[in-house]
Amino acid sequence: MPALPLDEAGKYVAGAYAVFVTLILVYVAIMAAKLQRIERELQVLVTLAEKRRRERNR
Amino acid sequence: MDPSGNTLFGSGLKALSLASVLTLAAALALVFFYAPLDGDQGFIQKIFYVHVPMAIVALSGFVVAAVFAVAHLRTRLAKYDMLSYVTIHMSVIFGVGVLITGSIWAKGSWGKWWVWDEPTLVSFLIVFLLYATYYPLRYSIEDPERQARYSSVFAITAGAFVPVNFIVVRLSESLVHPRVLNTTAGNMPGEMRLTFLVALAGVALLYATLVKLELTAKHARMQLKTLRRMLEQDQPSGAVRPPLATVPAKPE
Repeated sequence: MPALPLDEAGKYVAGAYAVFVTLILVYVAIMAAKLQRIERELQVLVTLAEKRRRERNR
Repeated sequence: MDPSGNTLFGSGLKALSLASVLTLAAALALVFFYAPLDGDQGFIQKIFYVHVPMAIVALSGFVVAAVFAVAHLRTRLAKYDMLSYVTIHMSVIFGVGVLITGSIWAKGSWGKWWVWDEPTLVSFLIVFLLYATYYPLRYSIEDPERQARYSSVFAITAGAFVPVNFIVVRLSESLVHPRVLNTTAGNMPGEMRLTFLVALAGVALLYATLVKLELTAKHARMQLKTLRRMLEQDQPSGAVRPPLATVPAKPE
């Protein structure tokens, strides 16, 4: 098959690089959501640990 | 390492991220402003600089996962199982990228999204589908030790299959898929080869960064579970033990 003209080939190249970037961004977004959850759980545990410490100090 | 002797996966993550960003930025600049156009395929050949590095890194990742799996079976250390799991996970994600970018390139070059009589394409798809079964296998086993052990065995067996598959495909006749990186140093001009190597380095660094990021998150989660268990056990004597409230998956 002969080489596509630049305007047509450009769409395919842009599409391929967009797929690459999208994969990375989706992965980073999923990781960000997981880290947010970890942070919330950590906050619950910190609150509980502080409460226990106050109870012991009474 | 932290003071208790546990591995800290997050150390060096910032430097690795920066190196990935800079290398990928350099690769992009080289692809679009330095590398010449291919004589046969024209502009669409630029997909080569993202498709092939992802394929090489993904396949190498499967082999590396097998090495970690061997280390896990020998030492029984959980960290090697986690390394093997995360490496496979990342390679599967990169494999998705390879298949999609390859299909886009195929459509532009050959007029078809996929061809079934091309060994390179079908063999990669077989490897990808093989590793896609890793997760159902792993999570179908409840006992954590057995889960890790069986997963390691799978990773070793499948990892041994990857180079064999690669060699067999290289020995076969290629119908349409280009063989640019052959053993006689290829037909690539110097500018293309430099661009390819920088792109390969960028994708490899990106892979390493994302693996490290996932390991850090997983390790943090494990430490959180340990902390929760310690707090549940550490009750004042005679106190009633209420269950710890779990954090909901989404904010209420």
